[in-house]
Order: sequence, then C-alpha cells, then structure tokens
Amino acid sequence: MSAAERAPGRRPARSTTRTPAPTATALDLAARIADPETRIVVCCGAGGVGKTTTSAALALAAAEAGRTVVVLTIDPARRLAQSLGLEELDNEPRRVEVPEADGELHAMMLDMKRTFDDIVAAHSTPERAQQILENPFYQSLSSSFAGTQEYMAMEKLGQLRASDQWDLIIVDTPPSRSALDFLDAPNKMSRFLDGTMIRLLMAPSRAGFRFASAGFMLFSRIVSKILGGQLLRDISAFVSALDTMFGGFRERATATYELLRRPGTWFVVVATPEPDALREASYFVDRLSSEGMPLAGLVLNRTHPPATTALSATRAEGAAEEVQESGADGADLAAAALRVHAERMQLATREQHLADRFTSAHPEVAVRTVPAAAGDVHDLDGLRVMGEALTGADADTPTGTPRTRVLPARRG
Amino acid sequence: MRGVRRAASFRGFYAGTVSPDPSLVRCHVVTGKGGTGKTTVAAALALALAADGGSVLLIETEGRQGIAQLFDTPPLPYEERRVAVARGGGEVKGLAIDVEEALLDYLDMFYNLRRAGRALRKMGAIDFATSIAPGLRDVLITGKIKEAVTRRHDGRPVYDAVVVDAPPTGRITRFLGVTAEMAQLARSGPIKTQSDGVMAVLRSPQTAVHLVTLLEDMPVQETADAIADLTAAKLPIGSVVVNMAAEPILPVDGLEQAAAGRLTGTDLSPALTAAHLPGGDAIADALAAEVVEHAQRWAAQDELRDDVEKLGRPTVELPHLTGSMDLGCLFELAGRLEEHLRDEVGRADRGVSIAARNERGAERPAAASGDVA
Repeated sequence: MSAAERAPGRRPARSTTRTPAPTATALDLAARIADPETRIVVCCGAGGVGKTTTSAALALAAAEAGRTVVVLTIDPARRLAQSLGLEELDNEPRRVEVPEADGELHAMMLDMKRTFDDIVAAHSTPERAQQILENPFYQSLSSSFAGTQEYMAMEKLGQLRASDQWDLIIVDTPPSRSALDFLDAPNKMSRFLDGTMIRLLMAPSRAGFRFASAGFMLFSRIVSKILGGQLLRDISAFVSALDTMFGGFRERATATYELLRRPGTWFVVVATPEPDALREASYFVDRLSSEGMPLAGLVLNRTHPPATTALSATRAEGAAEEVQESGADGADLAAAALRVHAERMQLATREQHLADRFTSAHPEVAVRTVPAAAGDVHDLDGLRVMGEALTGADADTPTGTPRTRVLPARRG
Repeated sequence: MRGVRRAASFRGFYAGTVSPDPSLVRCHVVTGKGGTGKTTVAAALALALAADGGSVLLIETEGRQGIAQLFDTPPLPYEERRVAVARGGGEVKGLAIDVEEALLDYLDMFYNLRRAGRALRKMGAIDFATSIAPGLRDVLITGKIKEAVTRRHDGRPVYDAVVVDAPPTGRITRFLGVTAEMAQLARSGPIKTQSDGVMAVLRSPQTAVHLVTLLEDMPVQETADAIADLTAAKLPIGSVVVNMAAEPILPVDGLEQAAAGRLTGTDLSPALTAAHLPGGDAIADALAAEVVEHAQRWAAQDELRDDVEKLGRPTVELPHLTGSMDLGCLFELAGRLEEHLRDEVGRADRGVSIAARNERGAERPAAASGDVA
C-alpha cells in the first residue's frame, strides 16, 4: 500500500455515515483552446502519464479549431515525433501538414543543450562564449544538471511567446518524477548559478589578487586534495567566464515564471488512474493554487470505461459460469467475453474510486477522462481520436456515462 | 499498420554484447524507463535472490524512499536495515544512499576529514560540487555499491547478492560509466583511482545490468538504446524483464478473430442465452466491443514481443497485477524471477567452460544460490 492510500485525507470524515462520492465538474477543453484569450496551455504531471501525447492531441484539436498553434514537446516517442515531422532536432518549430485544418499546427522538440548554448551566445562576446562552451563543467551542466531541461523548457516557452508568431502555445513538460519539478527546477538552477559558492569561487579572479575567505580556502584545499588541482582551476575558469551572465539566469527564470501567472495561461494536469500519479497531480494542484496559477482541470488519462454498465462484475462472473456449463456452441468464447467484461468492470470501478478520492480532496477541479487506446498513439489519426476524447462534449459517449467519469454515478 | 520495423536495424551489433555469467553474478543493477516499475522489479529480484537463505542488500540510489514504500516500513536512514525475510532464513536489507552522507563517510575514511566535511556541507559546498559535477554524485553512489559487493567478513562475502534500484535507462550508462564521466573532470587524484576500482567491479562477470520494460513502444525503444549504450561502454547486460504484461483471457482462435475486428454481438449471443442476461443484443454487442479491444490491446503488446526478442537477451515476463502493490504481490513476482534465475544459471552451467567453473569454485559462499544450480 502506498503512502497516498494511507494518507489521503485533507477532509477528515466527521460523521460515521458514508457520504456519497462528490461529483466532479466537467472540464471543457474545447472552449479553452478555442478561446482567443488563451495563449498558453501547459500540460503537467508525473512522468509516464501521457503528457506528450495529450499536448500533441490538444494542439491538433486547436489547429483544427482554427488556431495557429505551436506545440513544444520535450521527449516524444520516436514514431510520434516522425509523424509530427520532428525527425531533425533543430530546436525550431516546423509546420505539420494537417489537411483540412482551419488553423496551423507547428511542432518542435526541445534541444536543451542548444537552448543553453544560445543563451550563452546571446549574453557574451564570441571569444568568451567559446571559452564557456568548451569548458568541461559547462558541458556537464548543460547536459546533465538536474533541472537544466526544465529551465530550458521555460526559456524556450518565453522565446516562443515573445516572438508572437503563434496565437496558442501548448507546452509539454519534462518527464521528471515529480510534476512540481517543472516549477521548481528553473529557480533551483538560477539560485545555483547565482549562488554563494559561485560568488566565492569568482572572488579571487575578480579582485585580481588572491583574496578568499577561510571557507573558500577550506573548499579549495579539499577539492585539490580529492579531485586534483586541475579540477579547481577548471571550475574557476568556468565561473569567471560565466561572470557576465550572472543575475541574468535568475532574471530570465523569474520573467518566464511570471508569464505562467498571466491571464491567458492555463495549466492542464495529466494523471493516470494510479495512486502515485494522482498523488503527484494532487500536490501540483495545491501548488498551482498557492502560486495563483490558473488550473483548467485534470485530464485522467488511460481509463478503461466498459462498453456497457448494465452488467456488474459479479453478475458477469456468474453468467460466465452458467454459459460455460451450458456447453453450447461458442460457449468458451462467450464465457471468456463475460470474463473480459468482469475484469473491465473491476478495473473501471477501481479507477472511478481513485477519481472520486481525488475529487473529494479537490472538489473545485474539473475533470475529463480519456479512455486508453488499444495501442500506442503514433500518428495524426491516433492524435485526432485522443483529441476527440479530450474536447468532445461531456455527455457524448456511447454508454451515456459523462466524460467526467469512468462509471456512471450510483443512483439513489 | 505498424509500418516501421525499427528492430530490423539493430540486429548485428548485439554480437559485441558483454554477457555476464549468471552463476557468478552478485551485483544486479536494475534499470528501466521511468514508469516501468523498476523499483518493484528490483525489490522482487532481491526477494528472489534471498529465497533459500540468501542474504541480499537492496540499494536505492535516487533518494525517494521507494523501498520503504514497497515494504511498508518507515523511511530508510543511510544505514543497512532489514526490510523483509524470505523462506529458508533468507533476508533482504535495504539501504537508501544519501549522497552527502556518503561523501562525509568518504572524507572520513580516506582523509580523516569528517569535521571539515561538515563545515563544507554548511557552506553548501557539497551541494554545489555534486551539482556542478553530477559524475561526482554517481562515483560516490557506485563506490558504495562496490564496497557492499566486495565487503567480506571472516573471508566470505557479507552479501550473497546486491540489488541496485538504479537511475532510469536514459541515465544508466552515464551512472555506471563513472570512469569516463570522471576522467573528463578529474584527470588524476584519488577520485580517479576510486572510480577505476569501481569500474573494475562493474565491468566484471559478477555484475549484470537488467532492463525493465513494458510492452509499449517507448520503453522497448529505450531498452534497445540502453543496450546499445551499455554494450559500447563494455558493461555486462543481464536479462530483459517485461513488466506488467497483460495475459489474454480469450482462447487463441477467438483472440485472433477479435484482434482482427471480426467479432460481433451475433457471434456471442447464441451461447449467451444460457445465462438469461437482460438487455439481449445490446449486451452481446457491448461484450463483443470489449472483447475486440481486449484482443487488440493484447495484439499490440504481442507485436512488441518480437522486438523484445530481437534484443537478444534472456527475457522474463511478469504479469500485470491489478490492485495496489503489496508484499504479497512482491512475493508473487519474486517467484517468477526465481524461476527465471534458476533457468539462466542452468543454461549457463550447461554451456559454461571448465575454466570458468574452476575459477568460481572456492570463491562462493555456502548460502549462495549454488544449491539451485
């Protein structure tokens, strides 16, 4: 049992009688993406919940609704990338041909190292930029520092927004374990780059003579002893080369962060009906509200609504036995079909239960469920199907179960 | 419909794969794309290795207390703590590596610098150093892993096996390839020596890197990429663990018919009459629709099985268990892994050279998985 299951409660049950499950409100993404006031949609959530596909499907739907859209993807599956024409990683948006769309769809894949390189180039002289780019510490920072990807995603978002070429930007967020990383990492990175240690390391070269605090002496002694003196020289060279850029990192991160708070930005939190993913979604929702950032709602991705809800799991199990015993022609297949349904009902019940628990903790969050596709989504047709599930009318389903739910609300 | 057969292009290069000797492996590194369940697989593998009296250490490297959550224990400190017992007196200990603590240990052990280390921590210097040089973080963690694998007491290894819940596939080669990583930053000095020692253990036949995947495009692709990277880095690759595989409910012929979309309510309704269900044809149609989806999902997964097979590694499949993961589920998965390990050891022993057999002879502790070979 995970921690989420043990400690769900921001709402302690006051009475002993079971209160009916709360009803979530419907998430109207069609209206959100069609609204010309909407300029940025950020898809967040834990890793592996389908953020990239959701972003791409929303972007396609928006283009078909007449918007000029760019979708910034971070790490798309190779075949999805191919179908969006993202074979070359050139860090610039490319037009995706969508026949019969009223608007335009552009797509790009983030190249974090290149985005970082561009910032360096834009903020220093050519020689100095060269010095930085060649430093081994820069190379490790720009390719593997935890948070570089998030920082660069925000940076790129800022650039796309500033260019004003698109009237809607849809952003996929990096596949970190925690959804919060998208908001925290850029700050963490700018704090790091503008931090005390960096200043300490810069002090000697800046003052022009060997002036340093006792702390710095200690640091340099230990580093030289363990890592060898070369390392310290590399760090110092790196830090002093970055000199001109300090302050800039924090400023840029703050500016983009503010962009996320402006009207016209909407967050869409994506989760799968699993305790861990919903716990992450829950943290994220809390965080958005404390930051005053606008939440459109929760996309509960990869649900398994049954094709009929007229037959419960228990009845289907019983019926499977009866059919099997009858020994009629095709009894094996029919009994198996009933077992498939029984399993499906159990799964859907569990998913609805998890969704209900989320809604009791966050009754204000609008919800849209998106049924799991039978296989991976890797072309425009697959994205269109998903887009339909994301933006279709709430009540428009074959079983009549609203798209807000996996199973219909219990009557009575 | 699934046009691009990426797999065709990666034949060939597996020829150079470094293969561990399954009967010698004591260091099991478990990696996988995020969301494939590598922590669960690592935990189940630890239980499997502890069965029949083994003593196993399960190491967590990413500081998120996944082990404690799985085994339902309080958060683990930086200390080896027993988290589970297995049959025959076996036990699994858990260790969550804390990088700062590991560095303080290291400073203390080799330089007698614990106090200075503490002061550095206060200044934020440790955070700084491990941030600017992530390789330093990795060398500390892998150093701890090496220490646990090689630790001996009374002339015998303390642990029969060490299982590592490692970083995801995207980072695994960098994580394990510490020498390459550190060589870039520290060209000489004790850290360099240390990382060379770590590499010697990680590249030896007693290490195996297992890859956890799902039967989905991206995880399989990432597994293929990781195998290529690990091979290039001369790191020994163990098994591919296919996690959360759906098991078909339908008989085979029905499955194929349904996957092709050639199943309708009318195929089901005659036999359904025996159950006197309400709703008649509508129910039969709905059931048929669900069966088609079930079969197509299974077929989509099954198609990826070919790609997994082309990876050319021993493969084991773990079923998708519904409900939340608890200790009972872990033991169930451990049972499957135990069987797989036994098969692998058996297969290797049949083909193993006499030289390798002699070499391992005296080295092995009595309680190791030797009795199953």
